[in-house]
Amino acid sequence: MAGKMEPLMQSPMTPWPYRIQKVIRESHDTFSLNVVPKNSPDSMTFNPGQFNMLYAFGVGEVPISISGPQPGGKGMIHTIRDVGIVTGALHKLKKDQTIGLRGPFGSAWPIEESKGYDIVIMAGGIGLAPLRPALYALLDQRDKFGEIVLLYGVRKPEDLLFTKEFETWRGKYGVQVKMTVDTADREWRGNVGVVNTLVQRANFDPMNTVAMICGPEVMMRFAVSELKRREVPEDQIFITMERNMKCAVGFCGHCQFGPAFICKDGPIFRYDKVKQFFGIREI
Amino acid sequence: MNKSVTIDREGLNQLISVLNGMGFQVVGPTVRDEAIVYEKLESIKDLPEGFTDEQDGGVYRLKKRKDKSLFGYAVGPHSWKKFLHPPERRLWQADGEGGDFEIKPEKLDATKFAFIGVRSCEMHAIAIQDKVFINDKFVDPVYQVRRENAFFVAVNCGQAGGTCFCVSMNTGPKVEAGFDLALTEILDNDRHYFVVEVGSEQGEACMEQVTHKLAQNEEVTLAEKVVKETAGQMGRTLDTTHIKELLYENLEHPRWDDIAERCLSCANCTMVCPTCFCSTVEDVTDITGTHAERWQKWDSCFTMDFTYLHGGEVRASTKSRYRQWLTHKLASWQDQFGSSGCVGCGRCITWCPPAIDFTEEIPKIRDSETQTLKTS
Ligand SMILES: Cc1cc2nc3c(=O)[nH]c(=O)nc-3n(C[C@H](O)[C@H](O)[C@H](O)COP(=O)(O)OP(=O)(O)OC[C@H]3O[C@@H](n4cnc5c(N)ncnc54)[C@H](O)[C@@H]3O)c2cc1C
Ligand code: SF4
Ligand code: SF4
Ligand code: FES
Repeated sequence: MAGKMEPLMQSPMTPWPYRIQKVIRESHDTFSLNVVPKNSPDSMTFNPGQFNMLYAFGVGEVPISISGPQPGGKGMIHTIRDVGIVTGALHKLKKDQTIGLRGPFGSAWPIEESKGYDIVIMAGGIGLAPLRPALYALLDQRDKFGEIVLLYGVRKPEDLLFTKEFETWRGKYGVQVKMTVDTADREWRGNVGVVNTLVQRANFDPMNTVAMICGPEVMMRFAVSELKRREVPEDQIFITMERNMKCAVGFCGHCQFGPAFICKDGPIFRYDKVKQFFGIREI
Repeated sequence: MNKSVTIDREGLNQLISVLNGMGFQVVGPTVRDEAIVYEKLESIKDLPEGFTDEQDGGVYRLKKRKDKSLFGYAVGPHSWKKFLHPPERRLWQADGEGGDFEIKPEKLDATKFAFIGVRSCEMHAIAIQDKVFINDKFVDPVYQVRRENAFFVAVNCGQAGGTCFCVSMNTGPKVEAGFDLALTEILDNDRHYFVVEVGSEQGEACMEQVTHKLAQNEEVTLAEKVVKETAGQMGRTLDTTHIKELLYENLEHPRWDDIAERCLSCANCTMVCPTCFCSTVEDVTDITGTHAERWQKWDSCFTMDFTYLHGGEVRASTKSRYRQWLTHKLASWQDQFGSSGCVGCGRCITWCPPAIDFTEEIPKIRDSETQTLKTS
């Protein structure tokens, strides 16, 4: 039925231009871009765990989580693993060049809700990137939380990210940081094996723990079962889901996971709310 | 004005001109390539006069009727979504060089459409897409402006198609809401006329420019009888009791494998479905690399790349794609948007080459005792 028209906003499918303020090499295949808006009225607020759609001129657009900065810092940091066409094109960009950005989108880690709890953070590979702002937020109010545990697994020692910060997290904030690799090299003195094996060695009170997990789906499946074995309640476990995304605003349908749209309802989910679908093949 | 009026064939013709004069692009059913499709209409001469359609699983055939009715058929392969949610459109353009570029948002194409002959199931399908593109967290401005500008001349079905099941889905055959004008076509001995219900002020303003008469009680009764008879002719039925739970609990039911042996993953069902909304984007650049465009195109959960993640596809098998499609339509849609994603129009049955018909498949799942075997 013909009716009156509200004034129209810019289409949520149109990116805003952002300037690359800093490029940081994080590892042999991973880099970070800190970006600031060129002329959009967007404020730079985001919640830990949210993501942006980053556009490389003429190449394409991909979902990338926000990995920083620390509270009070400038810009938005994205830590990106170069795995293909678009991430490869983003890898070639330099300071002061332009990218397109839409966001922030998606759900956030439960920081406020976890006050008074022990926190177990489990990350696999690039999965540490979306968890770093959560750590920053927790450490910003360190006294509001009990034990903070970071369990981090990567394939090879050279894949480890953000290691320079681990000392501060350990020393200044008393975070239990434990790392493991799938395959060690000659210099590696640490743990070898998958990340869930670290759960047993961490010190936390399971019934009073909130767990935040990000990594490949198999890794998360094992992590959840290990946490459940330690009797962490299902409604205190948070996981992240990843699917192809073409819009991030609920239009394209690509990111569906059971009843959820990962772009709107996720990427962070409380485990008990999605467990009916989690782990079903090809869902 | 809540009294019904009647118009004759010439009145309908006037209505099309009046709408044209009001700046609407008038679109409606017309015959092309042996099917009834939705295209631009100049006059009632473009309507499928004297045609009907024979529909069944994998079967669509036009036939001549004995009368000169203008709406004596059910829905065809097109739906109105092609006007509100275009199959292909440019989202924006960008120009740049040397690591710097500017984005040019697309100018809003706010074409005013007048839709002639919208069926009840289709009115429901549009209301369902509204929830995706206007009433959720984000708004698609193109859909919004076209939707709000559109004028709806609905038609109460005078004959159900062979694959219709709107009665099961509570979506028809009588048009209940959202229309500007709703017609019921009457062929009574030598008389051919339309009982018109007016649903909006704009509809009323329009009717003032069209030769009409106040409807007689017998005429209104006759119109009601027509719709009632249609409701009794449904080609298909579907028991929707606890259908969400039924599907969620049977994600590993062997029937999915059985369907997968027949399904070609051709995506026809999703293209013809009036509620399916999925799309993809394509980036194109010119040869110099200084001009880039992003296009949005209809996509389908049956296509190869739909679930591509670095390293492979999430839903590689036909079984998982069909399961996704059907559980989305009938189950997860309810969680996402508060209603079924199916309006019972029957298109996906008619246009499926191997004639897969979920009104037959659902009972197979329902009737079996097999329990879910979760692989987790
Ligand atoms: C919510 C979310 C947050 C993410 N955060 C990060 C992050 O912080 N850092 C990071 O390095 N990666 C992240 N990813 C994964 C990242 O989006 C993919 O690595 C990237 O899309 C690969 O694109 P490509 O063109 O380089 O790869 P190609 O293999 O060339 O892929 C071609 C296209 O397929 C699609 N695609 C491929 N892999 C993925 C994928 N994993 N997820 C979604 N779409 C995909 C994209 O449209 C891509 O352009 C995230 C994914 C999601 C869904
Ligand atoms: S699922 Fe089939 S019957 Fe239901 S609305 Fe779509 S095309 Fe019509
Ligand atoms: S169900 Fe039928 S129409 Fe749909 S993809 Fe399979 S074969 Fe094609
Ligand atoms: S990414 Fe398009 S609907 Fe979620």
